[in-house]
Amino acid sequence: MTLNETHPEAVAGVVDRIVERWRRDPTCMVQILREVQEACDWISPEAIDCLQTALKVPRTKIEGVAGFYSFFYLKPRGKYRILFSDNVTDRMQGNQALLERLCNTLWIEPGKVSEDGLVSVDRTSCTGMCDQGPGLLVNNRAITRLDAERIDEMADLVRSQTPLDEWPAEWFRVEDNIRQPGILLGLDMPPGDALRAARALAPSDGLAASNMRSWREGLPSGLGGPAALLDAIKRANLRGRGGAGFTTGLKWEACRNAPLKSGQQRIVVCNADEGEPGTFKDRVLLTSYADLVFEGMTVAAYAIGAQRGFLYLRGEYRYLLEPLTAVLERRRRDKLLGADILGVAGADFDIEIHLGAGAYVCGEESALIESLEGKRGTPRNRPPFPVTNGYLDQPTIVNNVETFAAAALIALKGADWYAGIGTQHSAGSKILSVAGDCARPGLYEYPFGVSIRQVLADCGAVATQAVQVSGPSGVCVGPAEFDRIIGFEDIPTAGAFTIFDDSRDMFEVARNYVHFFQHESCGFCTPCRVGTSLLKNLMDKLHNGCGSPYDFAEIEKLNHLLQSMSHCGLGHTACNPVLDTIKKFRPAYEKHMKQQDFAPAFDLDRALAAARQMTGRDDAAAHIVKEENA
Amino acid sequence: MSQTFTLDGQSIPFADGQTILQAATAAGVFIPHLCYHPEFKPHGSCKLCTVKINGRQTASCTMRAIPGMSVESDTEEINAERRALLQMLFVEGNHFCPACEQSGNCQLQATAYRLGMMSPHFDHFFPSRAVDASHPDTLLDFNRCILCSLCVRASRDVDGKNVFALSGRGIRTRLIVNAKSGRLADTDFSPTDKAAEVCPVGVFLKKRRGFVVPIGERRYDKAPIGAAAEEV
Repeated sequence: MTLNETHPEAVAGVVDRIVERWRRDPTCMVQILREVQEACDWISPEAIDCLQTALKVPRTKIEGVAGFYSFFYLKPRGKYRILFSDNVTDRMQGNQALLERLCNTLWIEPGKVSEDGLVSVDRTSCTGMCDQGPGLLVNNRAITRLDAERIDEMADLVRSQTPLDEWPAEWFRVEDNIRQPGILLGLDMPPGDALRAARALAPSDGLAASNMRSWREGLPSGLGGPAALLDAIKRANLRGRGGAGFTTGLKWEACRNAPLKSGQQRIVVCNADEGEPGTFKDRVLLTSYADLVFEGMTVAAYAIGAQRGFLYLRGEYRYLLEPLTAVLERRRRDKLLGADILGVAGADFDIEIHLGAGAYVCGEESALIESLEGKRGTPRNRPPFPVTNGYLDQPTIVNNVETFAAAALIALKGADWYAGIGTQHSAGSKILSVAGDCARPGLYEYPFGVSIRQVLADCGAVATQAVQVSGPSGVCVGPAEFDRIIGFEDIPTAGAFTIFDDSRDMFEVARNYVHFFQHESCGFCTPCRVGTSLLKNLMDKLHNGCGSPYDFAEIEKLNHLLQSMSHCGLGHTACNPVLDTIKKFRPAYEKHMKQQDFAPAFDLDRALAAARQMTGRDDAAAHIVKEENA
Repeated sequence: MSQTFTLDGQSIPFADGQTILQAATAAGVFIPHLCYHPEFKPHGSCKLCTVKINGRQTASCTMRAIPGMSVESDTEEINAERRALLQMLFVEGNHFCPACEQSGNCQLQATAYRLGMMSPHFDHFFPSRAVDASHPDTLLDFNRCILCSLCVRASRDVDGKNVFALSGRGIRTRLIVNAKSGRLADTDFSPTDKAAEVCPVGVFLKKRRGFVVPIGERRYDKAPIGAAAEEV
């Protein structure tokens, strides 16, 4: 924007204030870059000059980090930066037509900036509004329930350069859509009760977590319960809600037992980088149950002896920053956070909020930690694991939002009560983010063990062809499997529950997911960086009618490579949606498989599209017609 | 070094903290690799050094040796996957071996020969990458970059300069230099930097020295890659 070009001294002033607020700390690079962009609309070379001096880091480091995150712009992207959410549910709700409508009205091309530098329109990965889509982000503020009317009005507001604050407030309204509350969503707990209950826990007999580190490390006397609390988390059989299902008690215990070097402390991180397409439960938990989540983090800090915590909030939920900051502030005032929690001398723990900036891979815990340290979000080599060498090499636990909420609930109501809910292998409840083809999309909380069929009945889904459970990295379930259950023993899930009725083309669903993985691959390792692109090209080839049995073999081969050679879970699961749908919905693929023998992906007529656009021609003579049976 | 593990049936001694790749190299066994260099901290990104331990595959440059572990490396299955990785690297960039100044000295080319890669197999991406000819002595040809980050590590850890870094994400990941102009000439790079000599492919080309050593008389023309390690 003009600020950068005509007022370099203004940029310097802005950058300086931001850097100062972040303690001139280069580990806060992602946060600093985000604020610079919010103030200046993009991260200009002049802004990087200032950052380089203020933070005393090389330019390459700043550009390397800024270049990694989708929401950071090293080139101007307009005063209005509009990103359409491009999850498969947005597509089903007609986002493509709306995007075209906006581009046509504004006279711009998707992905490009308007000639007057005012506006750009592009696509982004799922913004977590699947239950009230189609959605978009404008300058990182979420808009829901798009329709043609809103799009036309939006074009007017952009052209008249109306500030975002004067756009209709209704557009920015985000509903919770809680359809079926359970033990978590139905809870109305006064803040602090879980902490008080945790503190009241006496060490139980036959302590599973029988070590006394917290005392040896000089936590104040009177904190009789950390080991007992850890014991409760273990006996409650709590497992991580982020998808992998690791036993929470074991993770916490390993962190608690990890030796501290001089000057180190233990760290609690809440993973609110809810990036799996189709998932939006953490958005609701942080909107209406923030106290419960922060209380769970404080309970964890108490159990492992941590003084510092982070909430890593995905950039798409930027609008939650101010309300969440207010909740933290209130909890500090109420002695539930900060120094001397509950009035116990030395019981110190505080939470800082860091925002992501459009990188799905940062949901992987070691990539998240890299991002928290102000770096590119590349997953680390493991071992060592975060529980011993996490944030700035300190012992760190990273847990999902829902896991912390459940931990608070366990502290409040006890391990035995919690373990009695759900199934033998999956204790407690699971919140499902239900979206797609159903009458009542939103949040449904069930005890573990609920069948797919039950969920479909409750949300009013009819003629269901398939359900994608746990998003693209999860599993695709067909009608023959609707009696399978949600649980670690059958279908584990991070929460996404996306429904497709029999009018949907499952090949196109898989193709959308493949595009997602290709867009989100961090690029660190060869198999995922190149393999996801090759896979995307293959799916596009089928889409363009050039697919043959040969391409199936290629997909199989890529899948094997991605699974065996990739650096992290993103690459390991990138082929899942394709393999699942090939296995269960093969006719959907065969429809797109027009060739019996190998056909090249290259199509001469399609290759001439750019020339046609440049010359403004689209007549018959500007096309090359394939000769049949030539 | 009383501890050992087995690599393709052969007993390999190792010291505490050694990785599988380090121990194998010391014992004269070659495991193909591109982003690994003995003088730098392992990166684990090219995945070419992947081996199989108890049915699970992992990069041998970052995996520490454990007594008694059984490791597979030189098997048809793993080499086929390594060939596929090489093919991916070939189609991702623009690698025109016959006209490349680095031909015969290039680890990517030499490893492809050694593993019997006969074609690129996949469709070429033909990315559009500009060269940087701004520096008086060194030309950067990003067309060949395989994103191994060795120059990044060498510049940072040995030269103390941070001339290079990776920016972008995914398939758009790219090498950048430390200058507002984006040009090598405007950095404090020197052709004598360690960063200039560690590139496994042909990004760093010395100006006015093209084809001083004729093709046919270059390093891997004389002996295949890994041969030196195997003579230990």
